[in-house]
Amino acid sequence: MPANFVPTASDYLRLAPEIALTIFGILIMLLEAVSKGKRTYLAYISLIGIAAAFLLNLAAYSDPGSAFQHMVVVDAYATFFRALVLVVGFLCILASISYLDREGAQGGEYYALILFSLVGQCTLATSADLIMVFIGLEISSIATYILAGYLRDDRRNNEAALKYFLLGSFATGFLLYGVAWIFGMVGSTNLDAIRVALESNSGSPRILQVIAVAAALIFVGLGFKVSVAPFQMWAPDVYQGAAAPVSAFMSAGPKAAAFAVFFRIFMTSFRPMEDRWIVLVWGCALATMLIGNFAALLQSNVKRLLGYSSIAHAGYVLVALTAASEVGTAAAMFYLASYALMNIGAFAIISHIAARHERFVKIEDLAGLGRRQPVLAALFALFVFSLIGVPLTGGFFGKFYVFEAALHSNLVWLTVLGLVNSAIAAFYYLRIIVAIYMHEPGEATAEIGSPAAGLNLAIWASAIGVLVLGIFPSTLLKFASISAAAFK
Amino acid sequence: MNLLEILLLLPLAGFFITMASPRESKVPYLVALATTLITFFLSLGLIGPAGADAAHFTSVIDSPWITSPNFHINLHMGVDGISLWLVVLTTFLLPIAVWMSESMIKDRPKSFFALLLLFEFGLIGVFTALDLFVFYLFWEVALVPMYIMVGAWGSGKRGPAAVKFFVYTMFGSVLMLASLLYLLSLTGTTDYIGILTAFSTGHVALTAQQQLLIFLGFFMAFAVKVPIFPFHTWLPNTYTQAPMPATFLLAAIMSKMGTYGLLRFSLTMSPGGAQRCAPWIAILAIIGIIYGALIALMQTNVKRLIAYSSISHLGFIVLGIFSFNQQGADGAVYQMLAHGLSTGALFLLAGYLEQRRGSLEIADLGGIATPAPAFATVFLITLFASVGLPTLCNFIGEFLVLQGAAIAHFTWAAWAALGVILSAGYMLWMYQRVFLGKIGESTESFPDLTPRDWVPVVPLIALMLWLGCYTQTFMPLISSATNNILEQTQMNNTYQVQSGSKELAEARHAR
Repeated sequence: MPANFVPTASDYLRLAPEIALTIFGILIMLLEAVSKGKRTYLAYISLIGIAAAFLLNLAAYSDPGSAFQHMVVVDAYATFFRALVLVVGFLCILASISYLDREGAQGGEYYALILFSLVGQCTLATSADLIMVFIGLEISSIATYILAGYLRDDRRNNEAALKYFLLGSFATGFLLYGVAWIFGMVGSTNLDAIRVALESNSGSPRILQVIAVAAALIFVGLGFKVSVAPFQMWAPDVYQGAAAPVSAFMSAGPKAAAFAVFFRIFMTSFRPMEDRWIVLVWGCALATMLIGNFAALLQSNVKRLLGYSSIAHAGYVLVALTAASEVGTAAAMFYLASYALMNIGAFAIISHIAARHERFVKIEDLAGLGRRQPVLAALFALFVFSLIGVPLTGGFFGKFYVFEAALHSNLVWLTVLGLVNSAIAAFYYLRIIVAIYMHEPGEATAEIGSPAAGLNLAIWASAIGVLVLGIFPSTLLKFASISAAAFK
Repeated sequence: MNLLEILLLLPLAGFFITMASPRESKVPYLVALATTLITFFLSLGLIGPAGADAAHFTSVIDSPWITSPNFHINLHMGVDGISLWLVVLTTFLLPIAVWMSESMIKDRPKSFFALLLLFEFGLIGVFTALDLFVFYLFWEVALVPMYIMVGAWGSGKRGPAAVKFFVYTMFGSVLMLASLLYLLSLTGTTDYIGILTAFSTGHVALTAQQQLLIFLGFFMAFAVKVPIFPFHTWLPNTYTQAPMPATFLLAAIMSKMGTYGLLRFSLTMSPGGAQRCAPWIAILAIIGIIYGALIALMQTNVKRLIAYSSISHLGFIVLGIFSFNQQGADGAVYQMLAHGLSTGALFLLAGYLEQRRGSLEIADLGGIATPAPAFATVFLITLFASVGLPTLCNFIGEFLVLQGAAIAHFTWAAWAALGVILSAGYMLWMYQRVFLGKIGESTESFPDLTPRDWVPVVPLIALMLWLGCYTQTFMPLISSATNNILEQTQMNNTYQVQSGSKELAEARHAR
């Protein structure tokens, strides 16, 4: 251990995005306390905060390396995920402004909570130590628990928050227990140190077995956060119950960050024992895809349907983890980016159609959207086709890349089953398209107006992102591959 | 700028212009008509270069598109004798579809025209793609507009029909995607020419097991699209519920996507797998021919009858492809063009019937020939083309296919020929019930073809005659392209399978 604990300038630079987000979050809470009247301006301050964090993230990447005694690391991988969650936060705040106005719940703490949640997610993306993983996960989760129950007069919101909180803290317990076992065996919680210990200690089967148990515990904890079967039960209830912009945020940001750390732990620390966990992940990936897709077939609530679909998509990302290769990691990164964009777009449009108190969230409420709001309908169709995985959208290329990686690692059957799953998925996604274009307008779409400027911006930005990732994926692919290669 | 690039960009540009044009006006129609007509006339320019260099792909586009550390995808497209005529068929039929839609689509015509143009973009891409990834992409791009056309403008139970169509096709295409990815992981490229070169130079040799897997993946996608029995169950519903211009395109061109894919990719990407499965597929094709014809015989609705007859005729194309000889392959391609024209024309005329009577139930019709002699005559000519009367287009195709099948396996030809006889049966019986016989009270005032109706009919019939009488325009180009494909399957055109599997096994062994 180095004796000098005084942080250097580059330590601070590498942590600058988190610092900026925290400062802006606290600032918003202070302003909230002193301001009277309309609080919409706090949303713009939070947007500025996220933009600042984004720029600082890029600045931090100009000087990559580890900081604070190897507790955090800034590499291409961390930069990618920090940028991704920041973009997610930015789009979700844009989509929230008019929603909160409509629900009469405009308030600073909402934006502050999103910023704090982003702090946690950025920490997850950069963490190089299991302690940091735990801290990041807690910061991110606690803020998200509150966000899920933000509309406190709404019963479903309360239910969502309580479920998420109880199950979530239980799962975090597993993670912490796993970390404790690791520390007991290895004497360190540093990700690289664990790997080194595993590599040098391959002779002793007893220690390997204990570490395998610890890895399984960590898998449970993280698997809950990314809604992997059999720990997926909370996801549909929470996505259905929470406010639509919050659901958009939860399904994109915390999930991406949790996957980031998932891959980092399993592809660095536990890489030497990959033959032990690949079987487990193989089974979970398949189960997740199957449960997500088959359960989604039966849903009539669009938010719940997207909840199940997000489970299925987590399964596709796990396929990339099963590949256990640099290509697989890069594929997962690309997939999470495109999934975040299309899911935010879809949830944002639903938040608009749902109207006050989210009355219209059934599939049949979308009927005739194509006639009333052709542009909005076309964008919704774009997101749905991207979720299905139709070419020229980011969703397709993400799938292509994930399954390419799986075949690269000779996972022929998982690929075939996964692809068949994505055809099953087409069935329920198409019900949305059928309602939009093939039914006569109903009560919900009769009174629908154009979305507000901020919401519109969020929708359009996601749509353009989805198309760019589908038509010109090379830049992002290259960056993802560089980042993944750093795991060696 | 390469002519092929223009052909791809024109419909896409037309799509955006149509989307941007005012809703309640003639502008979308005129834009769509102008775009498709210009595309057609420009596409004729592909014939010259393709004829000058028949052995290779011409008008080639080859530019880097996606680069990633472990694979590169080029936007690689080009035209040979098979692609050429299918592209021209597409661009020829699209203005007709626009023309039909103008009078048959009353609801939200603007979006319909836009989707037609998007569909044309997808189809031209499918027929010219020389990279598996690009092919897959256009394959799906063509599917989406057709799905929306069926679902949003169809009749009755259009929603379920459209979903069934999409999901069926999607199941097929994901398996194709799996094959594509598998090939990519084995050969390191998705480029068609690149893979062929790797095979023929012996750079990459696939095991029988690998070939079989790859073949089955591709085959499922194409079999659903064609469709080959028993994957045809989406077809009758979709064809019947779709609006007439969409049915016209589905039958005339979209089914050719499947047969084209079989010929271009199934045979060449996994020659061993294709040969191993050929007898089974030939049997399925023959079942399709006879089954389609028998069901058609029992239909009480004109549209459904033509739909089932389509299954029957498409069986011939598949049989020709899997005969693995020059005659069969040539006949299959020729039959693709002929079927496009004759079935397309049948659906066009059925559309006229529907417009005039509002129903296509045979029981509601009868004796139309008396009030509308010109219409009856045109219908009869088309019908004869469809059943394969000499001097009309289908005869050449079916004759060559049967010849190819007889060379491969005589019993195949014998059974398939049954389909020709049956087709004459159901078609003429339908004609008798619809056009001859007692004049019903509803058909008394049946208006004959108007000048507007004649416009698409004349070129269609002229082409049916041309294809039937003067094969030299089309055949040399087709032959050189199919010859290339057959060579690629390591079977030269004099190869014969006379007594079944023994020689086949020896031939495979020798390689």
